Amino acid sequence: MLHTIDMKPTNTLMRLSRAEYKEIVRWTEKLRPTRRCMKILKDKFPSHSQSTLLSIFSLEYQKWIKRTFSRHHVPDVIESYYQRYLSEAKAQPTAPVLLELANEVDLSPALMARIILDRFLQGQDGGMPSKSVLNSMLKEPSLIPDQILASNVYQCTINDCCYGPLVDCIKHAIGHEHEVLLREKLKEKNLSFLDENHLRTMGYDKTPDIILEVPVAVEGHIVHWIESKASFGDDQSHQTYLNEQFWSYWNRFGPGLVIYWYGFIGELDCQRDRGILLKDCFPTDIVTLCHATQQDRSPESQNKDKE
Amino acid sequence: MAALLESLLSHKVDIIKVVDWLKSAGVGLKRVILSREEHLSAFYLRLLCSEFVPFLLNFLREQSSQALTHGPATPAKTPSRPRPAAQTHVFSEKRGCKSASGGNGTRAARRGGHYIDETGGRRSVRGGEGYGRIIEQVSPPSVGQLNFNNLEEFPPVGSSPISPAASKPTRRINPTPVSAERPRSKPKTCFTSTPFSKPSSPLSGVVPLEGSMTGGSSLSLQEERELLKKEKTKRAQQVGSPQPSSLEPCTPTKTVLKTGSKVTPEQQTTCPEPSKVTFSLELDLLVELYSTCISENLVPNIFLELFFVMQLLTSRSPHTHDDEQESLCYLRLVHNCVYFAVKVLENQFQLVAHLDKCTLRLLAENERVASFSPHLRDLLTQAQDKSTAKLSPSVSTFIHSVPFQPDTDNRSNFSSDKAFHIFKKQRDIFYEVLREWEDFHKEPGWNFDTALGNRIRGMMSQMTSAGNHSHFARLFLKQLIQMCKGPRVNSTSGDAPDADLLGMLGAEGLGRLKRLEERLIQPHGVVGPCSPPSFPGYQEFFRDFLQAASCCQLNQHLQDSLCQQLLQLDEVSILSPPASICERDKEEEEEDGDMEQQDEKQRFSSVLLLARLLAKFLGFISFLPYQTSEKPSREIQDTAIALRSKSVPVLDVCAVLRNSIRRRHTILTVPWLVEFLSMLDFIGPRLLCYRTTLGTLLLFACRKLVLDRCEEMCYLNKLLMVSVLGWLFQVSYNDCIPLVDQQLLYTCCPFLGEFRKLLAAFVSGSTAKSGGIIRKITPTSAELKDTPAQAFFHNQPPSLRRTVEFVAERVGSNAVKHMKATLVNELVGRGEKMLRDGLGSPNSNPSKLNDSICAQLCDRPAVFLLPIRILLPHETSPTVLATSENITKRLATEKACSWLSANITGN
Repeated sequence: MLHTIDMKPTNTLMRLSRAEYKEIVRWTEKLRPTRRCMKILKDKFPSHSQSTLLSIFSLEYQKWIKRTFSRHHVPDVIESYYQRYLSEAKAQPTAPVLLELANEVDLSPALMARIILDRFLQGQDGGMPSKSVLNSMLKEPSLIPDQILASNVYQCTINDCCYGPLVDCIKHAIGHEHEVLLREKLKEKNLSFLDENHLRTMGYDKTPDIILEVPVAVEGHIVHWIESKASFGDDQSHQTYLNEQFWSYWNRFGPGLVIYWYGFIGELDCQRDRGILLKDCFPTDIVTLCHATQQDRSPESQNKDKE
Repeated sequence: MAALLESLLSHKVDIIKVVDWLKSAGVGLKRVILSREEHLSAFYLRLLCSEFVPFLLNFLREQSSQALTHGPATPAKTPSRPRPAAQTHVFSEKRGCKSASGGNGTRAARRGGHYIDETGGRRSVRGGEGYGRIIEQVSPPSVGQLNFNNLEEFPPVGSSPISPAASKPTRRINPTPVSAERPRSKPKTCFTSTPFSKPSSPLSGVVPLEGSMTGGSSLSLQEERELLKKEKTKRAQQVGSPQPSSLEPCTPTKTVLKTGSKVTPEQQTTCPEPSKVTFSLELDLLVELYSTCISENLVPNIFLELFFVMQLLTSRSPHTHDDEQESLCYLRLVHNCVYFAVKVLENQFQLVAHLDKCTLRLLAENERVASFSPHLRDLLTQAQDKSTAKLSPSVSTFIHSVPFQPDTDNRSNFSSDKAFHIFKKQRDIFYEVLREWEDFHKEPGWNFDTALGNRIRGMMSQMTSAGNHSHFARLFLKQLIQMCKGPRVNSTSGDAPDADLLGMLGAEGLGRLKRLEERLIQPHGVVGPCSPPSFPGYQEFFRDFLQAASCCQLNQHLQDSLCQQLLQLDEVSILSPPASICERDKEEEEEDGDMEQQDEKQRFSSVLLLARLLAKFLGFISFLPYQTSEKPSREIQDTAIALRSKSVPVLDVCAVLRNSIRRRHTILTVPWLVEFLSMLDFIGPRLLCYRTTLGTLLLFACRKLVLDRCEEMCYLNKLLMVSVLGWLFQVSYNDCIPLVDQQLLYTCCPFLGEFRKLLAAFVSGSTAKSGGIIRKITPTSAELKDTPAQAFFHNQPPSLRRTVEFVAERVGSNAVKHMKATLVNELVGRGEKMLRDGLGSPNSNPSKLNDSICAQLCDRPAVFLLPIRILLPHETSPTVLATSENITKRLATEKACSWLSANITGN
């Protein structure tokens, strides 16, 4: 399994300076989404957690794919990939020819599988296959009428650590797992909260993972809501999240906390005074309102309470 | 007028008589007047007075024009040179454009002088209670025609609105002494220039003539004038021969003419010395006259005068030798200026003593004050300790968004999914725009409309298609209130740390810190006490937003909402905390007096600040469609008046004001009305409803607000109203409850801070020109102490907060009652016993007693906390409930403890 979940706070660096981050990014450029490459990255940066490295790699790889995908997604290019696949699969039916083709032309294997499957289905009944049919076949290759193609698609899917239904599933699971972890931590701390589902039923138009019923102060900053992100916070993703989520939460619920479980670029944590606080773990420095009020009371009166 | 003054100064007229005359004119209108005749004669007396006072003020300005080469000009007449931002003319008409286009930071002087011409002048005084109708026929307030003060001596500055550079200073320099020799070719003599003699006002036929203003009375007015004129001549003759014409050239104007070209840049300052004062007798006379005018509230704006006096005090005139002129110029030498200023300050000490601590300190440490009047210095030093006013209170401004409340914001409140979805986006765009403004609006070259205009207008057009205006109007107003209600925003930026620093260091320390200071000095300097209406801080964003949006639907929704909220606030009953006092017996009321009063002050100040904010924006939105950058021509004005008088004004200001005066509620109403009216467009003041209101306000100012008379109203209450009205007119309760404190006064009248700036600029040696304001130093430590409770309520329904505050208030009160009944009695008993036993008292230390009572008290509220559970909805979660209880407990305890420390520690 590529995605090992290390949720326990380790001694590894999660909050990276932009310089450190850039150094890692520079390295990822030479790598492909394979286990071997991940190993290289890990060995190169032993002080960083594997999840952080993988997350950074994944984000960078996605950016790269976004930049280059258009040159693969042209009818005659697709046709040439398809013809190559057909001839090579015919020559060696058991070999992972599609995976090798993907690596050769520098395309994500899962995306290559999608392109080829799409082309294959078009050839079968002439029309454009529906997205849902395509997706279900990618998720469940046994549904593909062609045995050889099915096994090729399968190989592509499991060998891609950035795209494909398997990765989506893993990401979803990790995200969920961190939300559960967050809720547990909150309960442990005796902080009561409303979760996303609860908020939806009340008709909120934007819903963070958690809204605290009674706000707390984290490192001197008031926190009303918490959003959990099981990924690394780089410039691009953080900017997108700010625009689509974090500011929207601030606009409705006031200041809040974002936890990037796999770390973030330290320089991005610059909106604390404006009400968005970034952390790479569940905060330890939490001041609750109830505490504050109890401290106001003199020790004498507390003694009296006990009497 | 000039003749009168001259004869005074040459001791031909007894000063006492003139002072009496001034006083009687002042009193005339303030007394309850029984007969119409009595009223009229008093009125004419005042009318005459109103000619003399401006003359005197102008005279002083001109006399000192050479000495005052620093700081913003406070000439009463035309400026000698254009000084756009800082003109403080008393009697000039100089209304700048409001710059509707005004993008970032365009705070063009919208109006320098609003006094006479815009409001119809003092004659609107007649528009008061019982005389409301008269004003209609009397006052088509036209420039030049209606102005009582529009004498030869006091012509309005060129009637075109701004562009001081464009219009040549049309300085009138021929003082026209009241004398028979007056050339006939000048029709506008002192006594015939008023409109009473030409009742040809366009409105005169509209309303049936009522009472005094018929042709007959106009005649009798003429007669009375003649009488007065004769009386005056007689008086003059009693003292000596008619005015020798040789006196004429010595009028101030000539001096000014010469000096205008003579002002040298060389700053060879002279150190003022009491021994070098010349004309001290004459100066004493002037001081007495001038002080009487201030005390009798005969001056347009007392703070403008005070500012002028301080300018004199801090003047750094280059010493010039011009013997011929010197003999006739009382305020040319810096020695004389300082002498005059110090004398006036002494005379007006009651007023001065109400200034803020820093200003008092700067005054007390001013070496000129010390050398000219050690007595005044001592008084100032003493007054410092009593002064509580700070320029800007440091309130923790914890800026929040407007919380999403399912009750008003979820899908069920929208007509369609689409509308709901669109509003979701709009809320986010609104804040995005706000954040962008925060980040960039101070950057040079940034322009609101260029940067944000299209986004805002796009948002508006989407809103129109979805019909979401009411939702957005609510969001907009709530955000406005949240960001701008606090006092900090109201004051000019950067005052707070400045004041603190000055308070800490004092003048001497400050002098030493000059170097450091220079690095921190802002480019802008002393503005003077007549700054145009402004939208400081975040208010600017909201104003610019509305201008950029220019969306009539949104504006209508905002108007509706602002009107409703304002009238609600205006109805707030002063002195009775919500729903508590009626159920309370008299005895308790007395007992809790102090605490109630403190609460009341707080509540009042919060209501007042909110009302002023809302009123300003209501005025802004209401008059926005009529704003023009240039003053329209007479013809256009008349057409516009005819047109606009047919439609109902957004707010019935007349009724509001009348009602408020009847309910003796003016301390709340007048300050917010002033904010509303300060937004009037050029034509607004000529519309009947606003004209009547302005007239009533003027009458009110003249009648009720003479600071010297301690009748029905508290000094500070009066001072607040005098200040805001003075500012509004550019002239210048339950009104008996002491609601206003210095804090509030300073918050509402940020221009009072100008005194301090002027004095500080003097100390630091930098002239006002180079500025004297220390840049704001933002405190960095986050004050968490108060914020958690505030934060807690943020996302809770508003009813929760109200419940908690209500219970805390009641429990606190009960606790106090309980303490008095049990603990305090017990303590008194114990104390008596100790006294009887003759014991020295290691235990009777009052603070220790207090601690022990507080400690005992702290658990008592637990007993009272049951109600909060019953009062909150069933579905309230346990944590929210517990937190609410905690906060209630704390608030109640604080209330009780503050009573305790206020009432027990002193023993």
